Amino acid sequence: MAEGLIAGLVVFTLASFVGFEVINKVPPTLHTPLMSGSNAISGIAVVGALLVAGDRDWNITVILGFIAVILAMVNVVGGFLVTDRMLQMFKKKEVKA
Amino acid sequence: MPTGIQLSYLVASALFIVGLKKLGSPATARNGNLIAAIGMLVAIVATLLDQQVLNYEMILLAIAIGSVLGAIMAYKVEMTAMPQMVGLLNGLGGGASTLIAMGEFWRLLNSNESVPIDNTITMILSVLIGGITLTGSLLAFAKLQELIGGSPITFPFQRPFNISIVLVFLVGSAYLITDPHNLTIFLTLTGISLLLGVLFVIPIGGADMPVVISLLNSFSGLAASAAGFVLMNNMLIIPAHWLAHRGSS
Repeated sequence: MAEGLIAGLVVFTLASFVGFEVINKVPPTLHTPLMSGSNAISGIAVVGALLVAGDRDWNITVILGFIAVILAMVNVVGGFLVTDRMLQMFKKKEVKA
Repeated sequence: MPTGIQLSYLVASALFIVGLKKLGSPATARNGNLIAAIGMLVAIVATLLDQQVLNYEMILLAIAIGSVLGAIMAYKVEMTAMPQMVGLLNGLGGGASTLIAMGEFWRLLNSNESVPIDNTITMILSVLIGGITLTGSLLAFAKLQELIGGSPITFPFQRPFNISIVLVFLVGSAYLITDPHNLTIFLTLTGISLLLGVLFVIPIGGADMPVVISLLNSFSGLAASAAGFVLMNNMLIIPAHWLAHRGSS
């Protein structure tokens, strides 16, 4: 168990630095789309939901996983589409200006 | 987990990083969003190929329901209502993380396996952060959408009350670690997490809600990350808490 946990912590820590560097120095006008886009990425929880819902037999775990898949997919699909809509508006505004 | 799937996750993570990076510049932002979406598609398809996933009909149904709901919401929402929309979506993501941890708890409950301590701790964290994100985001959504009044809600002894709730949570967590199969305690902890999300947002006025949503956004990243630890799935751990830094910027 410890090995897996430590590998996870390594990934977690390194990813924190990546995240910080990537997000750093973004112009304020892009903060909202960026937040929305990163929010869509946090819907990656869907992967976990799929694994939990994967069992063949019906039981509480599968039902919880089923609901989790729905919620996470709303987050993912809604998140990316909303971000795209915002960015579309962005472009039009820029053309006008 | 098969090597192919692990490698697909690596590809997906790389696409997320490139996508986010491109999102940071006006000229490439739309492409960046698309790249991140492709990364998500890769991750989902790879997961469906996992041998643990057997229940295809139901899962595809759930994916279809979620996608259609998400698309409808994204197209119906007014441009001016975007901040609360992001908040709402964010809350759903937090809810998913909570449900994942609950599902895993139930699986362990019925399996008679002995539960390692780190497993219990990550489940508690996942439920806690996911629960706060869920109710906090829903409440922030309601305030911004003016479904409820935007003024801060306070009550006497609010702070001591909040602190005692947190203490109860800590004691409950400690107890659950010693007795990992205790359903009552687990459900109590889940309830407290949901309550904490409410308590966290009610004293904050409507004008400050965007900051709250930003902060909760980073929470949901952490929640997904914690769920990743529950399932020992690097795909969940990697991208999730980039968002952790969003709140502060």
